[in-house]
Amino acid sequence: MRSLRRAAAPIAAVSAALLLVAGCGDDDKDDKGKKDDKSTGQTPGGSGAPSAPADKPASTITVLAAASLTSAFEEAGKAYTKNHKDQNVKFSFAGSQELAAQVKQGAPADVIATADTKTMDGLAAQVNAPQVFAKNKLTILVAPGNPKKITSLADLSRGDLTVVLAGPTVPVGRYAREALGKAGVAVKPKSEEVDVKAVVTRVRMGEADAGIVYTTDAKSAGEAVASVEIPDQHNVVASYPVAVIKESKQQDPAAAFTQWLRTPEAQEILKKYGFAAP
Amino acid sequence: MIGKPGSGGRAGHRETGAGAAAAPAPAPGSAAPARVPRIPRTRVPVLLLLPSLVGLAFVVLPLVGLLVRAPWQSVPERLGDPAVRTALRLSIQCSFGALAISLVLGVPLAWLFARVDFPGKALLRALVLLPLVLPPVVGGVALLLAFGRRGVLGPWLESMGVRLTFSMTGAMLAGAFVALPFLVLSVEGAIAGLDRKYEETAATLGAGPLRVFCTVTLPLIAPGLAAGSALAWARALGEFGATITFAGNLPGETQTLPLAVYLMLQDDPDTAVAVSLMLLAVSVVVLVALRGRWLSPTRKQPYVPEPDEAGR
Repeated sequence: MRSLRRAAAPIAAVSAALLLVAGCGDDDKDDKGKKDDKSTGQTPGGSGAPSAPADKPASTITVLAAASLTSAFEEAGKAYTKNHKDQNVKFSFAGSQELAAQVKQGAPADVIATADTKTMDGLAAQVNAPQVFAKNKLTILVAPGNPKKITSLADLSRGDLTVVLAGPTVPVGRYAREALGKAGVAVKPKSEEVDVKAVVTRVRMGEADAGIVYTTDAKSAGEAVASVEIPDQHNVVASYPVAVIKESKQQDPAAAFTQWLRTPEAQEILKKYGFAAP
Repeated sequence: MIGKPGSGGRAGHRETGAGAAAAPAPAPGSAAPARVPRIPRTRVPVLLLLPSLVGLAFVVLPLVGLLVRAPWQSVPERLGDPAVRTALRLSIQCSFGALAISLVLGVPLAWLFARVDFPGKALLRALVLLPLVLPPVVGGVALLLAFGRRGVLGPWLESMGVRLTFSMTGAMLAGAFVALPFLVLSVEGAIAGLDRKYEETAATLGAGPLRVFCTVTLPLIAPGLAAGSALAWARALGEFGATITFAGNLPGETQTLPLAVYLMLQDDPDTAVAVSLMLLAVSVVVLVALRGRWLSPTRKQPYVPEPDEAGR
């Protein structure tokens, strides 16, 4: 009992401190909102440290992006802030369908980029005119050296293989089922992963023998995996649309970023990671 | 509260006393019942009151949100959805499977911790309790590295034809991993709080240690065992991170209710909320069933130090 009472004072202090911090946080946000249009242009965008208001770039936009864009967007973000010193870009990567759910629930973000047009279509009420900025294809991901000798989609129905796909609500999961349908192959996945990176992880860790992912993911996974090409007649082309979220308080910087994604500079980076031009 | 071995066993026997103490406080000045020490009436400083009210709201508001936004009219229909029923059936199987594993492994472990002194006991005990504070996803990764195909035991398991990842057994193991500490803590507390003379008497009458454990110790710790089982079961039922990391996510095989809720939130939020309500109801039932043990504040169960504990 005594020790409990002794503990009460620090707890109260901590609670009070947290309240203060929470209060400060709100002020900070308000500041940001007001300063949106003024560009100080003094801070190198790359620093990204959320420090005192005077140090930070005039605007930081939050971009929700499909998991398959992770590596490409991280580099694109650096390039963008390098040339737009008054801008800072923050990314949040997840499965497109999860991002869409976040937007519907009013997540405080400015831009959303999904891995399919269907998910974006579902957000018609929440976003401004989406534009396709990149395309992607599917590939079969296997262990390095392809020890199970997988050569085609048809092999994935073999009983001795452990195959994982992304869930049917995830764009890459839907595309994979579409491709399997085109090839007339019935596959029973052992797990339905929540995004494309999780599929890569399963194959990379050796828990699964094969998975269907984007060519870009196979490329960024590097040596840890190998991939088996899916012929064009069975393959599915994924279109990546990007749009500004209507509730965003930074419409202009957000729109500037979405426009920039279609410039040669951005397309060059996307190409490096295996994306095709829109 | 959980971390106090010794309180579990005693608490059960004092439930009646605890109930009586819950009656409204007598007017200041009137003598409190001799057995129950009361906290003297104190002025509540605003500095404490304010954060505590915020704290209360912080816990209650999300629950209110769930109740207010729930699609009440369609809840029964949504819970009857085949996908939900599949996940429910699987969740029941997995949570009870996890409980069974926890009981088989946890009760002997708890006995060992409560009754036997051996070098390194504190360390081992801490390790067993680690999943209490470990992020469940980390638990899932650890399970993968131990029992996965390329895990430490992977090749050996595979040679025996056992595959744990992507299997219901794997989901049970993931649940057991996070549930075990709850069972061990409760049972260890119950055993440590036992009066040893019953067991000693049984032993002097010629019963072997195993017989004493089964016929004397187990019945005596039944309340602690039940409480620990309820907690462990509820913990296993709610497990998400370790399950999705280790066992994967496949409807009918490893997609338990929490996984289903997470995925449904993306394309059928109302059903997700309906299932959340159901899980909330289960949690409330578990808490109510445990009321005398975990719900009443400590002061209602006066702590009488035992001679060997007084020096601590």
